[in-house]
Amino acid sequence: MTSFSRDAVKYTAVFGSGEPRSRKRHRSRISRRIEPYLMIAPVVILFLGLIGVPIVILVRYSLLNNVIYVQHSSFVGIANYTSILSSASFWSAVEHTLIFTVVCVAGQLALGFAFATLLNSNDVGTVTKAIFRVIYILPWMFTAVIVALLWRLLLDPNGVINYLLGLVGVVRTAFPWLATPGWAMACIIVINIWAGYPFFMITLLAGLQSISPELYEAARVDGADYVQQLRNVTFPQLRPIIVGIGLLDVLWTTQQFTLVWIMTGGGPLGSTQVLGTYIYTLAFQSYLMSPAAASAILLLLGSLVVAIFYVRHQRRLELT
Amino acid sequence: MSVMTSTRVRRKRVWRKTRLYVALLVGAIFAGGPVVWMLSSAFKSNADIFEYPPKLIDNSFSGSAFNAVFDNPEEIRFFVNSYAVGLSVTALTILVAIVAAFALSRYKFALREPLKVMIIAVQAIPPITLVIPLFGVVIALHLYNSYEGLILTYLVFTLPYSVVMMTAYFNSIPRELDEAARIDGAGSMRTLLRVILPLARPGLVAVGFYAFMISWNEFLFALTLTQTDNMRTVPVGLTLLMGQYNYQWNQIMAMSVLGCLPVIILFLIFQKHFVSGLSSGAVKA
Repeated sequence: MTSFSRDAVKYTAVFGSGEPRSRKRHRSRISRRIEPYLMIAPVVILFLGLIGVPIVILVRYSLLNNVIYVQHSSFVGIANYTSILSSASFWSAVEHTLIFTVVCVAGQLALGFAFATLLNSNDVGTVTKAIFRVIYILPWMFTAVIVALLWRLLLDPNGVINYLLGLVGVVRTAFPWLATPGWAMACIIVINIWAGYPFFMITLLAGLQSISPELYEAARVDGADYVQQLRNVTFPQLRPIIVGIGLLDVLWTTQQFTLVWIMTGGGPLGSTQVLGTYIYTLAFQSYLMSPAAASAILLLLGSLVVAIFYVRHQRRLELT
Repeated sequence: MSVMTSTRVRRKRVWRKTRLYVALLVGAIFAGGPVVWMLSSAFKSNADIFEYPPKLIDNSFSGSAFNAVFDNPEEIRFFVNSYAVGLSVTALTILVAIVAAFALSRYKFALREPLKVMIIAVQAIPPITLVIPLFGVVIALHLYNSYEGLILTYLVFTLPYSVVMMTAYFNSIPRELDEAARIDGAGSMRTLLRVILPLARPGLVAVGFYAFMISWNEFLFALTLTQTDNMRTVPVGLTLLMGQYNYQWNQIMAMSVLGCLPVIILFLIFQKHFVSGLSSGAVKA
């Protein structure tokens, strides 16, 4: 690009102004057509090499009897898919993933909205607001590994949560939350909501602040109470944001691996096995790469369906 | 009569304010309580981690767990690795995202729309799906157990949203400005450097912080694409600590505190920039 401008300077110096100017313009038009492709090339090359090629490889893995851990593998067609689709543990992982995703996204949205509303209130001073905002964002600053380890400490049978619940009289013994089927999943859901709501809070707070006060005034003049204002002003105005980050969160939550892996490893008795941990266990613990590849492809297809909605939504936003 | 209504109104306002502050405090305990406990445990001796009744600060209060982390060259190495990878990913993400976003924002070209769709769609690909084949690809490229392997992989995850965010930022800068620069004879790179980038600084900060955070926090690929302990990053190192010392909770918490400090400090410094950049990316692509 710099050589181009140097050339341009050379041209003007040699030919002066006049005819060369149109040649310069001609060159500039060609380079303006190539330039954007050069600029975007690094992204495209990286994506082709580290996403495109791997996905092709993955599809191939899923059609072989086994790979990486064996010397010779042979083509078995869709056998891996049929065996995965008829396996009870796969469907149980799908069910857990769906429950986990629906409750987590709804919980994060509700909590994020509640905190955003609190922080948007006019009855709180600016400094107080800033302090609470930082506190509320805190959980989001921790990586999933740290979140998992911290909550394992808190939820330990002899840990501080059991102590506090004992004071209120809810729990009498050293209750093993993460070792009890049923409770383990509930705990992981709460923890994931704890770790993820700040993203909703931040974006919804920005959204709330961008709503024109005149809309609320008009609603108040029409005699709308708080709930009616919420339904007729706040939600319609926030809808594009809620749908956008909601879909993004659905994608992230269905793919959750780290938190579950470190909290419970999918146990007890598979009660917290989600697709992320299911695929990882198949591939790296049971050494069944091909069935793992097949279930990874199924998860990918599911994610792409959500992605289509997400892309459509983002494009529509762009047009308005 | 009017006095009565005014006291009632005042009482109502006081009631509303009390309710608001109670809600704020309950929220703060929910959000911050676990974090306080993490700090408290990091300053305890391991014998007192599960003492009964639990105390926030007990007799064993000391920084010995932190000293233990600092004295262990293996644990220091986890941090060195995390910083090396994180800073490289941040620098490369900013560089590549700026140039790509400039093309998407300021040029009209045939493949622009499909490329935009691709960049948004790529965010949907589950990491767990990619980890199986990438394992093979990284070995084939001789990048297994190296910084380069991790850095390249992380770029795949930082770039899509970074490009989206940057494009949104560039789009918000009036085109008339770069047309004026062009008329003054500036080339496209000069326009980008002199006109657009100074105005897009909040967007740059947002992208940089986002990239660092993704890379600093990543676990799955750090676990599968590295092999030896001297190549492990902080998140994987933390899990190693659990097996190694048989639950040295105070050290695990001390290392967790150290592990989240860079992200928290960066966030506090760049809060405003980050929040506005993030939401502009989320609201408009």
